[in-house]
Amino acid sequence: MNAISDPGPALLEVRGLSKSFGTLRALQEVDFTLRAGEIHALLGENGAGKSTLIKAVTGVFPRDAGIVRLGGVEVAPRSAKAAVDAGIATVYQEVNLLLNLSVAQNLYLGRQPTRFGLVREAEMRRCAAALLAEFDLHIDVAEPLGNYSVAVQHITAIARAVDQSAQVLILDEPTASLDRHEVEILFAVMRKLAQRGIGVIFVTHFLDQVYEICDRITVLRNGRLIGERTTAELPRIELIRMMLGRELAETTSERTAAHARQVGEICARFEDYGKAGYVAPFNLALRRGEVVGLAGLLGSGRTETARLVFGAERADSGSATVDGKPVRLQSPRDAVAHGFGYCPEERKTEGIIADLTVRENIVLALQAKRGLAKPLSRSEQEGIAMRFIGLLDIRPPEPERPIGLLSGGNQQKVLLARWLATAPRLLVLDEPTRGIDVGAHAEIIRLIRDLCDDGLALLVISSELDEIVTYSDRVVVLRDRAHVDELEGDAIDISNILAAIAVAGSAGAEAGQP
Amino acid sequence: MRRLPPVAITAMVFVVGFALCTVQFPNFASTRVAANLLTDNAFLGIVAAGMTFVIISGGIDLSVGSVIGFTTVFVALAIERLGLPPLVAFAAILLLCAAFGAAMGAVIHVFDMPPFIVTLAGMFLARGASFLMSTESTPISAPLYSTVSDFAVRPPGGGRLTAIALIMLAVVAAGAVLLHFTRFGANVYALGGSRTTTALMGIPVGSMTVRIYMLSSVLAGLAGIVFSFYTAAGYSLSAVGVELDSIAAVVIGGTLLTGGQGSVVGTLLGVLIQGLIQTYINFDGTLSSWWTKIVTGILLFAFIALQQAMLGIARRAGPRKAGVHKS
Ligand SMILES: Nc1ncnc2c1ncn2[C@@H]1O[C@H](COP(=O)(O)OP(=O)(O)OP(=O)(O)O)[C@@H](O)[C@H]1O
Ligand SMILES: [Mg+2]
Repeated sequence: MNAISDPGPALLEVRGLSKSFGTLRALQEVDFTLRAGEIHALLGENGAGKSTLIKAVTGVFPRDAGIVRLGGVEVAPRSAKAAVDAGIATVYQEVNLLLNLSVAQNLYLGRQPTRFGLVREAEMRRCAAALLAEFDLHIDVAEPLGNYSVAVQHITAIARAVDQSAQVLILDEPTASLDRHEVEILFAVMRKLAQRGIGVIFVTHFLDQVYEICDRITVLRNGRLIGERTTAELPRIELIRMMLGRELAETTSERTAAHARQVGEICARFEDYGKAGYVAPFNLALRRGEVVGLAGLLGSGRTETARLVFGAERADSGSATVDGKPVRLQSPRDAVAHGFGYCPEERKTEGIIADLTVRENIVLALQAKRGLAKPLSRSEQEGIAMRFIGLLDIRPPEPERPIGLLSGGNQQKVLLARWLATAPRLLVLDEPTRGIDVGAHAEIIRLIRDLCDDGLALLVISSELDEIVTYSDRVVVLRDRAHVDELEGDAIDISNILAAIAVAGSAGAEAGQP
Repeated sequence: MRRLPPVAITAMVFVVGFALCTVQFPNFASTRVAANLLTDNAFLGIVAAGMTFVIISGGIDLSVGSVIGFTTVFVALAIERLGLPPLVAFAAILLLCAAFGAAMGAVIHVFDMPPFIVTLAGMFLARGASFLMSTESTPISAPLYSTVSDFAVRPPGGGRLTAIALIMLAVVAAGAVLLHFTRFGANVYALGGSRTTTALMGIPVGSMTVRIYMLSSVLAGLAGIVFSFYTAAGYSLSAVGVELDSIAAVVIGGTLLTGGQGSVVGTLLGVLIQGLIQTYINFDGTLSSWWTKIVTGILLFAFIALQQAMLGIARRAGPRKAGVHKS
């Protein structure tokens, strides 16, 4: 198309690919070209069809029409295995790993080194350790994968695919649960592969990452191809317009006047609250109408703090009070009884119940809170579901669709709706905008502000500092599983947060500068 | 601070049980009792080994008891009525069982049906077919049968380690190797972790399913042959309810009923615990043998509760091990 950078030979060509789910036309005659040695971003809103395109190309879904050529030869893999055999390795959005198997087995399942039909366990572990070392990950590969954090699991999935990628590597939102350092390592590996002539397809909602690493961008909208550009010639505003089909209503990276609002009295207070070996004791007071951001690196104790506050983990020191009365938070049930809500980070694995409909998923927590004796009527449920579908722009707007059939980003919106529907007094959101597209991102931030105006107290964890800066009234900075600093008012800006994270030669220094 | 694996708990239960029996009946701890324990439960050990694979893979096989019954009748009729040499009859029935298991596995995979339903149908089918062949017990008098039942390794102390006990131990050993040290075994665990994920990781889920049910049915056939040695007869009502005994053995052996975790050695221990209870009842002489079922039931409850508790603990602790980055 544009001869700014040398367009290498076409490696993977998709022509006229269509795919429908019943009446829903998820892909309509999409063309896509990946060249050897390039990193190619596949972008679009939640539900645009990115994951569907990947699955149709790799044979997970049969395609209705269209052809795929790999190195000039037509291929039609009929399963993920056939795609791998053809040279296309993929990390799907719903990370495909087995938590009950060891890390090493996950890396080599189906291709373990064997002798006389027996798996060479020691050899396999050695290779596994060496493979993960490339990602700067040094763990015991004989342990079950489920014993490790989501980030480690994600890296394992990526390492497996990288190791298998003969010609094409496809990564569907691989960076959603990685921290900055891990993302840098991943990018280094991707660049190395590209240099070797492998084509990399990279799906993400982080536009910064797109501009950092991608050579070329293809944008989908509503299942149609909108265009293909080189990154260098596509300004960000233009890219967003291509993705949304409209201008982004409001720039979200500014602190706005919303912060002038009145902050109410304290609704929950934690004193010397902590758990040995988990999070050092901390003091935290949450006021009505206030957003408190928790900032820090992955593993700094953000999620751990949230789990303590929500009673998912029992504190062994300190005390908690709600509305001035001392309470004991022994379990999430206690927390819910006191009007707390918690939208966890691992929504994909912990939150959604794939066979239930969107409506059922939304009313789940509300129903649990009311108790079985007071069932919500069908029409009440529908009303609630429709309200949040509208509020969060969940697409397609069909309350009776099983949630498992929604795109990844839309599933996350449903989970957010589940907790919002309980009208909690204190809501903990762990990475609320992960995997959510730029348009919906702005919506969610607006929603967070509105909620606070209604008197809700919010505790928000986010790795995106500009996002935290935008909506927080106070920011607690964590490092090495301890609360190290608290910023308020005008002191809240990115450089102050980074400074607090990186203070005085500690391990936190790897945060790097933006 | 590693938690005790479930199979260690099973082993402890067995050892403690054996010790208690020995305290009450001083001549309990003998090679004779031990060898009989293995012989009496040989067929159960073999089917339960197959069942272990099925359950770890996230399925269940309710047809095995009927397959054993069918096999005994088939073997007895083939030898006594048709005059086939026993080895030919064995080969024929094992092939038949393989085809039967493969068919069940294929139906489960292709029509995406719950294994529970498909193998329940298989259970009625096999039992019905054995009634069709014969409704009465057919004694087997082939010379091979007396040779086999006369054969025994005799450890000191008066025990007789019979051929069928040896077959069972060999099956368990081979099963353990297959499960823990081969790609096939790793795939079995993978399927129990998640079918869709396993498919996305490029494992041929369909052929795995077929092979797992095939393995279970072939081992049920082998158990049927062993059972015919044990009783020297073929009877369509034999081994009724054995599918449940073997599921119980698998669960007591520390295998998760939901799949993904377990071991063949644990299953052997589960079988032996059930045998131990039966032996205790025989020694006592006054207890009804139904106590075996009652105690097995209690043990099952205890083990399932234990597994749930351990899963709960694991979930509470959560996947909280962050990776160690050394930069
Ligand atoms: N298995 C399925 N059955 C029915 N509809 C589906 C299925 N998978 C996806 N869809 C629908 O197809 C559309 C495209 O979904 P897809 O997962 O490709 O979106 P995406 O671009 O990957 O979005 P996200 O950024 O949220 O991951 C969505 O409307 C979704 O609801
Ligand atoms: Mg997607």
